[in-house]
Amino acid sequence: MSLALETPAAAERSVMEPVAARLASVAKETHDTFTLNLEPPEGDPVAVFQPGQFSMLYVPGVGELPISISGDPERREQLTYTIRSVGQVTYQLVTRRPGDTIGIRGPFGTAWPMKESRGKSVLIVAGGIGLAPLRPAIYHILRHRGDYNRLVVLYGGRSPRDLLYKKEFAAWGMLPDTQALATVDYGGVSWRGYVGVVTTLFRHVRMQPKETVAMLCGPEIMMRYASRELETRGIPPEQIHLSMERNMKCAVGFCGHCQMGPYFVCKDGPVFPYTSMKPYMDLYEL
Amino acid sequence: MIPTAVGAALKDHPFLEGVPERLLDKLSQLAFEVTFEEDQIIFREGDPSSFFYLILSGLVALELAAPGRVVTIQTVGDGEELGWSSLMSRVDKQFRARCMKPVKALAFDGARVAAECEEDHEFGYLIMRRILVTVAERLRSTRMQVLDVYSARGGQIK
Repeated sequence: MSLALETPAAAERSVMEPVAARLASVAKETHDTFTLNLEPPEGDPVAVFQPGQFSMLYVPGVGELPISISGDPERREQLTYTIRSVGQVTYQLVTRRPGDTIGIRGPFGTAWPMKESRGKSVLIVAGGIGLAPLRPAIYHILRHRGDYNRLVVLYGGRSPRDLLYKKEFAAWGMLPDTQALATVDYGGVSWRGYVGVVTTLFRHVRMQPKETVAMLCGPEIMMRYASRELETRGIPPEQIHLSMERNMKCAVGFCGHCQMGPYFVCKDGPVFPYTSMKPYMDLYEL
Repeated sequence: MIPTAVGAALKDHPFLEGVPERLLDKLSQLAFEVTFEEDQIIFREGDPSSFFYLILSGLVALELAAPGRVVTIQTVGDGEELGWSSLMSRVDKQFRARCMKPVKALAFDGARVAAECEEDHEFGYLIMRRILVTVAERLRSTRMQVLDVYSARGGQIK
């Protein structure tokens, strides 16, 4: 079943109205994760985003979900999303066919601190699907390489078959002043890389902690332990940034579903400085 | 003074960062350099614990045999230690250690290091404290792995 979506002009549109975008391609990343490329109307502001922001993707007649944008922020003709099929809406998204229509609202939320990180080294720490919201930041750094010092990408996954963007990740590791290390929780005999949680990779990183900005995205437990460990290793807490995930519904702070302490993750986040999130990450009641 | 190549490698190894020179000297008397080839087995699960290693380069997989498969539980590489159980009495090797990349390491006879720990308590305290940090780190990592935080359930136990 396909329901038609009409797209009002950007100036007349409310934040709750989706834009109709054409699905250009679907690529299988892993056994349960797919990357979708969508083509929004030419010149529509829905395609202008900063690394770390998300869109609300709407499957007509099925439902709407917040999905981080995982593509290059400077490629405005397409919006890229990497989606793990874990429920009804995500399943419907990843099983759409090229030419189908998907609704988009956004972009929403705060961005990775790309401007504030200029002149410093950037340490990216990703877990699982968390590499997707960080990939636009990596693209940005690679496009503006002279603005940043060293780039280190640490990536933890469940098993080798769950790792995203394998070829691209290997290519990042070959670039000058760039280190890309992956680890998995469970490795088989054919896996020749690291096995262990992502924090075990920290010892292989050579950086000046005071001159480093860390950007983390992954399961909250992983980010909690990783942030503490980075602080122990000398990175000032205000230079550690996290992308949080909560039950986001409206994306504009109306509904309150994604509240975390005094913050709405959709509007005040998803990217927060660790100093803002630290008091709430340890609360068992939240 | 630690004039030997072994002594210099010991001094630079993260496991021994900040250790007083007197104690590094003592360790250097017990250490010798070893190399292992890719896929070589350093020890097997259940082997009597004999050697303790400080890895200088390379990567080692700690593996467990499960029915029908071999699972890598953790990897240890340069700057890390391997074989802490050799410093404990009546503890056999807990895993199989297989080289994923060629390995260069400093090896110590575990029984001799343990005897020195008994003899010189300052030395023993320092070694045991560092071993405890390693064991605690591995316990914490194992807890995180058991949570299976990357699964679709995202670490929720239902």
